[in-house]
Amino acid sequence: MRPGGRRLVVAAGITAALAGLAMLASVVTALAAADSAPAAPVSEEAVHDVAAQLRCVVCQSLSVADSPSETAHQMKDIIRERLAAGETPEQVKAYFVDKYGTWILLSPPRQGFTLLVWVVPFAGLGLGLVLVLLVVRRWSHRPTADAPAPAVDAAMRARIQREMAEREP
Amino acid sequence: MSRRARLLRWAIPLAVVPVLVLLAYGFRTDPHDIPSPLVGRPASTFTLTAFDGKPVSLAALRGQVVIVNFWASWCYPACYEEAPSLERAFKAYKDRGVVVVGVNFQDKEEPAKRFLDQFGHTFPNAPDPTGKVSVDYGVYGVPETYFIDRKGRVRYKQVGPVSDELLKREIETLLAESA
Repeated sequence: MRPGGRRLVVAAGITAALAGLAMLASVVTALAAADSAPAAPVSEEAVHDVAAQLRCVVCQSLSVADSPSETAHQMKDIIRERLAAGETPEQVKAYFVDKYGTWILLSPPRQGFTLLVWVVPFAGLGLGLVLVLLVVRRWSHRPTADAPAPAVDAAMRARIQREMAEREP
Repeated sequence: MSRRARLLRWAIPLAVVPVLVLLAYGFRTDPHDIPSPLVGRPASTFTLTAFDGKPVSLAALRGQVVIVNFWASWCYPACYEEAPSLERAFKAYKDRGVVVVGVNFQDKEEPAKRFLDQFGHTFPNAPDPTGKVSVDYGVYGVPETYFIDRKGRVRYKQVGPVSDELLKREIETLLAESA
């Protein structure tokens, strides 16, 4: 083999090795990318925070965060994507409310008709407390016995002493 | 009996009335029946790739009456009940500027295609792999059908299967309007 030919073989070998390395590197990067894709720039916690406040639309009384359904997964992906695009959690929630109405929020909004849900229990509790206080006050002011105790006169005192003397031997 | 005692005798049973009214209201409303805030608003545009590989774009259909039907092959029996009606309506009205678009919801390609073959659907049908179109339309189950007028606004939402009568009624209403 001519020296030039050997050089060619060596060059080809090096090229092949480099190509192999490049492929390996691309595979590793791809794997790493696939591995870190869900966590990308938005933390799982941030996604969960929003998901926990939204109702899973195909479930009964489950949040998007708690539901294992495919729809909830997709909703979480949408939340993640919107957060990654720079939206605030409030804006992401507003998007879902825009499409589904306030029904999608697990906590009813503290305004309008649903404000009642927040106010009525406390109002009821307050009213109950006032009632209990009134009743207790009435009871404590009521005389302890209905009939006044009979006045103790001399005859009564004598009788008591006599009867006690009979009992004590 | 004192006046106060008489009042209490009435007040206690009367206190039950608001509770009964609340319960009557609560039990008579269907928790599955959620009003859509989208009716009357412009329909979200979308571009999906149909099962046959062609693009399906709502924006390209502006000027026509569009019926967007969300369905799934696992949605038995409701989606199977309405499927022939949708195809009939499409065939009857396609020459009058009406188009039906099927959006396949949370499904797998193979059973979905089998469903389309079974009913011989000829209108465009596309899967929604990311679920974004479904969320844009506030879909919470299948079947759901949206009627979009020529100006691109959502005019009616049907939850549950559509019938021939309902399709005819809604399509004729939207066709009667000037573009």
